Amino acid sequence: MAELEAWRMDVRDWLAANCPDAMREPVRSADDHVWGGRRWVFSSEAQRLWLERMAAKGWTAPEWPVEYGGAGLSPEAHAVLREEMARIGARTPVSNFGFWMLGPALLKFGSEAQKRRHLPAIARGEIRWCQGYSEPGAGSDLASLQTRAEAHDDHFVVNGRKIWTSYADRADCMFCLVRTDPDARKQAGISFLLLDMESEGVSTRPIQLISGESPFCETFFDDVSVPQENLVGELNQGWTIAKYLLTHERENIGGEPPGLLKGRDLGAMALAAIGADAEGRIDEPSLRHDIAGLEIDAMAFRALVDDVRARAEAGQGVGARSAMLKYYGTELNKRRYDLMMDVMGAEALEWEGERTHGGQYAREWLRSKGNSIEGGTSEIMLDIVAAHVLELPRG
Amino acid sequence: MLLNDDQSMLADLAARLFTDKADPDTVRAIRDGRIDSGYDQTLWQAMGEAGLTGILVPEAHGGMDFGLVGAGLVAREAGRRLAMTPYVSSAVLAATALGAADDDALRARWLPALADARAIATLACDEGRHHRPHDPATRAVAGGDGGWHLQGEKTLVSDAAEADLLLVSADDGDGDGDGPCLFAVEAGAAGLTIESTPLLDSRSCARITLDRTPAQPLGAGRPALDASLRAGRAVLAAELVGIAREVFARTLGYLHERRQFGRAIGSFQALQHRAAHLSVEIEMAEALAFRALEACDRDEPGADAMVPAAKAKAAAVARVAAAEGVQMHGGMGMTDEFDIGLFMKRARAAGHTLGGDRYCTDAFARARGY
Repeated sequence: MAELEAWRMDVRDWLAANCPDAMREPVRSADDHVWGGRRWVFSSEAQRLWLERMAAKGWTAPEWPVEYGGAGLSPEAHAVLREEMARIGARTPVSNFGFWMLGPALLKFGSEAQKRRHLPAIARGEIRWCQGYSEPGAGSDLASLQTRAEAHDDHFVVNGRKIWTSYADRADCMFCLVRTDPDARKQAGISFLLLDMESEGVSTRPIQLISGESPFCETFFDDVSVPQENLVGELNQGWTIAKYLLTHERENIGGEPPGLLKGRDLGAMALAAIGADAEGRIDEPSLRHDIAGLEIDAMAFRALVDDVRARAEAGQGVGARSAMLKYYGTELNKRRYDLMMDVMGAEALEWEGERTHGGQYAREWLRSKGNSIEGGTSEIMLDIVAAHVLELPRG
Repeated sequence: MLLNDDQSMLADLAARLFTDKADPDTVRAIRDGRIDSGYDQTLWQAMGEAGLTGILVPEAHGGMDFGLVGAGLVAREAGRRLAMTPYVSSAVLAATALGAADDDALRARWLPALADARAIATLACDEGRHHRPHDPATRAVAGGDGGWHLQGEKTLVSDAAEADLLLVSADDGDGDGDGPCLFAVEAGAAGLTIESTPLLDSRSCARITLDRTPAQPLGAGRPALDASLRAGRAVLAAELVGIAREVFARTLGYLHERRQFGRAIGSFQALQHRAAHLSVEIEMAEALAFRALEACDRDEPGADAMVPAAKAKAAAVARVAAAEGVQMHGGMGMTDEFDIGLFMKRARAAGHTLGGDRYCTDAFARARGY
């Protein structure tokens, strides 16, 4: 305990001295998020400096080993760092799929050479990764994916197409699932491959969403050559890695809503937007009741997330329970955005204009509808809970 | 929450005790008069011997002083077995109110007796149909002899017929605006009439009338009442979680066992998704209930919002768990022979007691400043 407190003081001092003031401002627009990568253009000098300083400490990937660009922190020490960053409102210096997904996969399944080559570059924000899982014919039934990788002497030849690849048009590299044995049972013929988006034969097409934005792409592979060394894990063992990552991804879903509502209280928003009655309460009882009901569910969800984290840190398995968090967290977020629309009324309908920063309410509300689809639909999550937590018989 | 060693031992002790000594069938035995008592006396004595009746009583007065997390662990197990005891009335509501009392003699007289189950006490704070604890019509009048008398009526007084001591909320008319005070009224006091009105859950409950009934002030004003209500709501949340868990476990068992169309009904996705959703709700209700109990023990500033939130959530989830339990058990769920209905009845009564989910949701909004 005393050690952690000393660590907290060190962290606090370092952050006070090194976090630029501009990096303590709340994130306001998509430009404020640093994705990194070869083609990244910083929107300010403060952004660049903050990433450079944090990367030098290994604090962009705090729990990764020092030799791979991290700081080798324990979960407890990392929690202190997170708390101290939150205390001064410090922004995340950089994040992309390399941190959330590829890093954990390489740490568990990668070769030493792969770890040394890819992890430090991710930690320094030099390479931006995207994820190639879904295909037009393989959504919830991901294991039926058809993108082929044929093994040749020292390379694979990849043909096919992926969909819902986040920012594929801006990423440097992709980690993806490909079929390497078309004759095996569907889960048994899949491999986990890394490829450079600048390779010949790779092309992307952004997909416009109902929110008007295009965070996702379709990605096409036409005889793309991928070196043998880019195979992660064993040939045809990719499904194991994919399952591990999906579980890992779900475990990382916290209670904090993203975007516009981050750190904002709907009750306070409603008091400001609707006005107060003589007792100083939201002057619209039915809305007040709905907001309180939602905030109670949010509080209960956070309590569960904290419990699951504590159990994970105590070495008790989380496993399929992560599907519970993915399910409820995303459904809760959709409800929160629905209520936000009620709270903001006509203003929330604006699609353009200064006051709403170009229709931010409407656009984020629409975007939130995808939360319970991406990363495994709510229905798939309930299937997982039924099968692996409740152990109900297969249908 | 992760339990510490002491809490784990207590949880194990409570689980063993209620598994051995409590049985949902006792609810029917009491309801049908096969047991001539308003509560399970054997179980209550066993709880007394194990120290559970004194779980919140300070050690100086012979209790365990275990804190509310401990009281919640006991309540959760009691909920699973539908334990028919005055635990919430006596060991939680009355013990907390007396513990906050400004009167050493009163504490010394009653707390040791409550701790070892020699006496039962309860709280009388409701009037009319709905929980409005801060504006009682019952009046306390100072007599010429320096004593006090109470005048009024109370409803939904749990375990009143068995209680040796009733803690009654009343307006002392001093106009200081600090709200109601609690007064101690002993069983058999002059002008005290108890009309037993057992509830749908077959628990002892009563309407009481006070007519120039002599009473002794606890002397701590509204804070004693509020501390008692907060503890009671938090512990009821834990009991409701126990009810939800047990009903769900039984329903899950039935989904595995019951076959229709040549397969276990638990293999149908329409039922699987409802069960999976409910399991998440129960985990959340449990996490929040124990988080709220812990916040009370640590006297965190957020506890006043967390406790009504926990009670509202647990009540709603227990009700849904019971309703889904009846539905998924099909016709059997509607029979008195099956226990599911007993859990449904207790969930409804415990959910309403000390403020239903509408009251608690509103209290949460107030505590959050909107």
